[in-house]
Amino acid sequence: MSIYFTKDHEWINVEGNVGTVGITDYAQHALGDVVFVEVPEAGRGLTKGGDAAVVESVKAASEVYSPVSGTVVEGNAALAEQPAMVNEDPEGAAWFFKVELSNPAELDELMDRAAYDAFVAGLE
Amino acid sequence: MAETTTFSGNRALQIEEPLIFELGSAGRVGVDVADAPPVDEDRLSGLRRKAPIGLPDLSEPQVVRHYTRLSQKNYGIDTGFYPLGSCTMKHNPRLSEKMARLPGLVDLHPFQPQKTVQGALEVIDTLAHWLKGLTGMPAVAMSPAAGAHGEWCGLMAIRAYHDDHGENHRRRVLVPESAHGTNPASAAMCGYSVDPVPATDRGRVDVAALKAKLGPDVACIMVTNPNTCGLFEDEILEIAEATHAAGAFFYCDGANYNAIVGRVKVADLGVDAMHINLHKTFSTPHGGGGPGAGPTVLSEKLAPYAPLPFVVHDGDGLRMVEHPESSGGAKPFGRVKGYHGQFGVFIRALAYILSMGSDGLRQASSDAVLNANYLLARLGGTLTPSFEGPCMHEALFDDRFLKDSGVTTLDFAKALIDEGFHPMTMYFPLVVHGALLMEPTETESKETLDGYVEVVKALAAKAAAGGAADEFKAAPKYTPRRRLDETQAARSPVLRWKPGSNA
Repeated sequence: MSIYFTKDHEWINVEGNVGTVGITDYAQHALGDVVFVEVPEAGRGLTKGGDAAVVESVKAASEVYSPVSGTVVEGNAALAEQPAMVNEDPEGAAWFFKVELSNPAELDELMDRAAYDAFVAGLE
Repeated sequence: MAETTTFSGNRALQIEEPLIFELGSAGRVGVDVADAPPVDEDRLSGLRRKAPIGLPDLSEPQVVRHYTRLSQKNYGIDTGFYPLGSCTMKHNPRLSEKMARLPGLVDLHPFQPQKTVQGALEVIDTLAHWLKGLTGMPAVAMSPAAGAHGEWCGLMAIRAYHDDHGENHRRRVLVPESAHGTNPASAAMCGYSVDPVPATDRGRVDVAALKAKLGPDVACIMVTNPNTCGLFEDEILEIAEATHAAGAFFYCDGANYNAIVGRVKVADLGVDAMHINLHKTFSTPHGGGGPGAGPTVLSEKLAPYAPLPFVVHDGDGLRMVEHPESSGGAKPFGRVKGYHGQFGVFIRALAYILSMGSDGLRQASSDAVLNANYLLARLGGTLTPSFEGPCMHEALFDDRFLKDSGVTTLDFAKALIDEGFHPMTMYFPLVVHGALLMEPTETESKETLDGYVEVVKALAAKAAAGGAADEFKAAPKYTPRRRLDETQAARSPVLRWKPGSNA
């Protein structure tokens, strides 16, 4: 199991051929109080960098992009009811969707934790 | 509830006003009407109402006071300075309002025979003539009801063109990151996929990135000019050329057209379609969802696909073309709105245009840009401008000047309310952090702008001095309601009063 990050502040935690995707703590902090989340339905095809989910806060509405290409296995239905979870546990219980990877080599283009932390530090 | 120390809960003559349902008292009336004669119950087939429907019973003075008090809680452009960026809250001339209320125009019915409404058709036709003249474009679809509707109309014309030319594989639309949210939404409504284009650190479209994304599947690009950062896209000609070379169209979002009226003919920029927010550029009271109007100018290529209806000159006067078969060989993609567009807004826009004249329109856009640059110049040393150089009609700052103060853009805006100013636009555009976007428009006096600048500077100094975060977070203090819980309101909105739900 290994976790990767995008420059758009998504994380993906890969186990076998399935990745769990969410937004990072930095992202939830930048968004502020999250008030609405829309996650993709199972079976939907995703492309790397393409729209996958929507997250809306009191300040902004943003797309969540898929870090990899593949097919959605499951969307986190709990987020629609409790969008506040994204602020409380962004890199845990508030995962957005699980995706079956169609091209695992795409992971090589993502950052690991240390690289992402350095990337975020550079944004301050 | 407002935190007050008065016995009544009122704040001086700002009356704490309940909902009208809470004011009602059974049996109270405004007008004494005789009881209705008994009705034969059978005639309602058992559908007779069994219980009262719960309308409040009130006296006439109660009703008058209720709505007068509510209106007094409103803040509008007629109350004071309204620097909301991207909204163009300019003065609405009373002359335009008077024209829009002329009985000969107000009392028309849209189904009247055309020969009896030649004057109304002339209003539409004359306004169309001005819009085409100002933009240098050959055609205009008058019926879209607002900006986003105009975007959608323009995109539908583009789609119709491609479908008509065997190019229905063009289904991707390029939209800069800083675009109004309506751009990607309109594209998605048309069945297009949306591909975002990044900005440069100059706050403008990254032309190299845009060129890299152009391809045989691109239907059009959607670029706002001036853009949402209040900056003129100075590489627009290169963008248009590359777009056309790729066989795609250039849709220009005309939301900020008020900055360039009389100075730039958008046709010269290579634009194929652009909506004009009449309610922003040519004045009309707006906000709170309308009314607006978004006529969409179209290039030669797109003109045949313009939606119905449109006005043409016939031998014996003006004629509104309502059906494809009488459109003289055009290929209208359909109809986007019932009747003939936002006629009341047309009248206001035409009155504004004719009263200003072409020299006045040019001066209005020039003054709008001058006023925004005055704010930028006077506040530039105190706040943190997001981009270097002059702006167009609005000045954009970010929240770097608040760094380490504990004060956020939101707190700053709320403190401004206590000082008697409507806040600027906050947190938009999204491409800068904690955005503060100010659009003074051409109608504000130097005195008003100076008063605003002094207050903003004083608040910024207070925040910078440190230790004021709690005070900022307590703002607004002097409003009918204190800081509202926006998060709770969005997560669990209470949208309807129910009997017994009085707080």
